Amino acid sequence: MSNKKKKKLTPTQQKYQRFAKDREPKRPVLSNVIRAFIAGGIICTIGQGLQWMFMTYFNFTEVTAGNPTVAVLIIISVLLTGFGVYDHIAQWGGAGTAVPVTGFANTVASASIEHRTEGYVLGVGGNMFKLAGPVITYGVFSAFVVAIVKIAIKALGGM
Amino acid sequence: MEKFLFAFLVGGAICVIGQIMMDVFRLTPAHTMSTLVVVGAILGGLGLYEPLVKFAGAGASVPISSFGNSLVKGALSEAEKTGIVGVLTGIFEVTSAGISAAIIFGFMGSLLFKPKG
Repeated sequence: MSNKKKKKLTPTQQKYQRFAKDREPKRPVLSNVIRAFIAGGIICTIGQGLQWMFMTYFNFTEVTAGNPTVAVLIIISVLLTGFGVYDHIAQWGGAGTAVPVTGFANTVASASIEHRTEGYVLGVGGNMFKLAGPVITYGVFSAFVVAIVKIAIKALGGM
Repeated sequence: MEKFLFAFLVGGAICVIGQIMMDVFRLTPAHTMSTLVVVGAILGGLGLYEPLVKFAGAGASVPISSFGNSLVKGALSEAEKTGIVGVLTGIFEVTSAGISAAIIFGFMGSLLFKPKG
């Protein structure tokens, strides 16, 4: 909680905040970090394996092999999400499973499966990007700004 | 073959950064992923992400930060070809496979699977 918010609280509320903070379970940061490293590393190694497979057996170049690799990883993680396996892996791997592109696919798939009871248009269609939306929004906007800045610098004769 | 090792190490390291943001700075996964995408876009604009992909392969291209890099890359390469409007038309050029696949298979998943738990 930010300091600004803290000032508005009554003394009793502040006392409660301290009380709650003391009793909050300590996060096992080190073991979480190690797990994230292993899980993320394994997912990226699988990706590297797929990329290698596409390059060796399907005549893709290093640049074009990225697309089928990402697509296959997404299919795998949608299937794992559907069968309820991805949740268990994510519980163990933390950010190691959230940061790779499989985590992105997992958020899309889990949101659309979860909201299917609300109907296919408003439920699935409307909620599909509930969790993945911020990533696309901020990615696209920051990419736009970066691209414009770079083009402007180039036009002004820099770089 | 050492590419697999680099992919493991670099991919793992990026995930460690994400885990630290979640555990130490108490960010939600959505904040973490958005931040990583923005960082990837900035690194892509500075021309620092592409060497990392060359070095680590999927270790750098599978984590979500490469999404930001690919957005910038698509926008810039299209802008070079067609002028300033290319920033708008090219922004999804490289990443369209990932986003389309996520939408299509996510939707198919919602047709096939029932929510659990």
